[in-house]
Amino acid sequence: MKSDIILAGVGGQGILSIAATIGMAAVDNDLHLKQAEVHGMSQRGGDVQSHLRVSSKTIASDLIPRGKADLILSVEPMESLRYLPYLSSQGWLVTNTTPFVNIDNYPEMDEVLAKIKEQPRHIAIDADKIAAEIGSKRSSNIVMLGAASLFIDIAFEALEKGINTIFERKGQKVVDLNVEALRAGRKAAEAIKAQLN
Amino acid sequence: MQKLLLLGDEAIAQGAIDAGMSGVYAYPGTPSTEITEYIQGSKIAKERNLHSKWSSNEKTAMESALGMCYAGKRSMTCMKHVGLNVAADAFINAAITGVNGGFVVVVADDPSMHSSQNEQDSRVYGKFAMIPILEPVNQQEAYDMAYTAFDLSEKHNVPVMIRLTTRLAHSRAGVVRKPLLEERETSLPKDPTQFVLLPSIARRNYKSLLSTRPDLEKVSMESEYNQYIDGTDRSVGIVACGLAYNYLMENFQDRELKHPVLKLSQYPMPRKAVERMIEECDEIVVLEDGYPVIEELLKGYQEAGTPVKGRLDGTLPRDGELSPNNVAAAFGLSYEEGADVPDLVEARPPAMCKGCGHIDAYQALNIALEQYGPGRVFADIGCYTLGALPPYNAVNSCVDMGASITMAKGAADAGLLPAVAVIGDSTFTHSGMTGLLDAVNEKTPITVIVSDNYTTGMTGGQDSQALGHLEAIIEGIGVDPEHIRVFKPTAANLDEMVNIIKEEFAYEGVSVIIPRRQCIQTMRNKSLVQKVKELGL
Repeated sequence: MKSDIILAGVGGQGILSIAATIGMAAVDNDLHLKQAEVHGMSQRGGDVQSHLRVSSKTIASDLIPRGKADLILSVEPMESLRYLPYLSSQGWLVTNTTPFVNIDNYPEMDEVLAKIKEQPRHIAIDADKIAAEIGSKRSSNIVMLGAASLFIDIAFEALEKGINTIFERKGQKVVDLNVEALRAGRKAAEAIKAQLN
Repeated sequence: MQKLLLLGDEAIAQGAIDAGMSGVYAYPGTPSTEITEYIQGSKIAKERNLHSKWSSNEKTAMESALGMCYAGKRSMTCMKHVGLNVAADAFINAAITGVNGGFVVVVADDPSMHSSQNEQDSRVYGKFAMIPILEPVNQQEAYDMAYTAFDLSEKHNVPVMIRLTTRLAHSRAGVVRKPLLEERETSLPKDPTQFVLLPSIARRNYKSLLSTRPDLEKVSMESEYNQYIDGTDRSVGIVACGLAYNYLMENFQDRELKHPVLKLSQYPMPRKAVERMIEECDEIVVLEDGYPVIEELLKGYQEAGTPVKGRLDGTLPRDGELSPNNVAAAFGLSYEEGADVPDLVEARPPAMCKGCGHIDAYQALNIALEQYGPGRVFADIGCYTLGALPPYNAVNSCVDMGASITMAKGAADAGLLPAVAVIGDSTFTHSGMTGLLDAVNEKTPITVIVSDNYTTGMTGGQDSQALGHLEAIIEGIGVDPEHIRVFKPTAANLDEMVNIIKEEFAYEGVSVIIPRRQCIQTMRNKSLVQKVKELGL
């Protein structure tokens, strides 16, 4: 298997927790993994991305070449579009629809959503709403991971286990909420994908 | 053996711990910070009581590490590339003293300037100091190199540099550990004059350093980190330094690579391998992240002999980091790229956090400066540098650690009044104190704003050496206590802040204004909150 994933968002939105969860699951399954993160200045509200590569074979580059990503997983709608040059012609774009507006010139939401809908293979869900419904607003990143899990060739149970490991030190309640968020995200994406088919 | 999932930075930290290192000394700086943070959180490091507390700056860190090496223990110092400028005096001279315990200098470069003001290549410094440089290709090699670098240092009596770049420093992959070694016992250098760099002794030591050259080249030739992979198509030979080797191989996953490749991860260059490539290949392409260091070396000034291609002739971009794509382009390999970025996507620059105290301080400063016009605020390195961006447009310089105070001084000397410096508490103790002394000695009319948030914010909230004694330091340097003004920067205090700043503009001497409020990113750091409480701040 091979999954080249661009994780996208804004500094502080928790894409590193997504990366860490997939990373744990990959290592547990004896898969090769390389995950390039952005630390430092951009984490202060700037656009951030992580290149996450999982493969059953040795991985050469820490960065995904443009045009080679199998998946863009974005926790913010405008940010999902910033990395289109990386997406392969067969790749999926999976994004949250709740914007993170911290700039004055944020584009019109209708136009952003229209652009996302133009993409041949996309799943757009309101992860913030789903996270709020299960009573864990801060878990919208994990909702998005759940949605994207449809397109990542790692057993769903392994991701659940990854959540357990990553959030363990924050207590069982946080673990449970995030597992619920993961499942809710997957369910939402499954529903949309079923309609597409 | 169980693989650990580690950042390149963390792999270096784990490698050093396992090699029996007794202490790390560092000042935070992206992308090097996580090395020291990993050691601070390591169980083994705690059990062994390894030194890992932050230093005031890279120079004090380098010198403390050298002192530990003098005392016979293995020591390490870590910094970002520009940090090595601060520590350069100690660094170059440590090559002349040589070592007792193994001494490793880790420098994380930042090509493409993700979080930096330049993209200088630390290999130039390593060459300048004439010491071995290790440049890991991946996380495992980063671990292995940190593990073996101390041996190399002790065996050849030189400091060893490990150079990595952002993409490896901040990329995670599986790493297999080696056995944990014992720390070394404390011991004095065999020759009591070794570290006394009086001219007569320095000349002797320098000759000794020069004499290591052939040995180091031989070690590079035999190093497992350097490999000559022969190929049938000798029209082109490829030298791939450090991480660049990955980008090369990424492009040959589904294609056969027929050209000879020199994977180069240990310097000085393995002379015989390079000579072989020059002799056997029609031309050479050099792939290196950073400056065209090896390319220039191979090319020489006269450009005679085998043609060398790389960043200098446009085969690769002259600046910015390498990527799988620009390496592909260098070999004329094309790919189907994804769609363009839609026009509606706007830039999202980093910004100060909502509720940050720096913002309130800038709002007051901007109002106080209205009557004087723009162009008179010299800032420094930290979150507050973001005050240069809209909507604040509050600062006019950001050059190097500490430069705010001294540049304000020079501008005031030139008649630009009022001249204002803006510096954070941690940057002030890093490199601001000496400049303040210059201004105090000449009673230069400058207004220094030390925006105090009790932490080193931009790098993620590390300890600030100023905590608990900022006013004492400033008073000790000689600033009149009446002109050290402390207030809490909040929207409610705006008028008071503006008045204080205006009053100090009117004073014809050195004023230090301290807007003081805890960094909101550190509010969950219980021990810091407790400490601030205990200090009564």
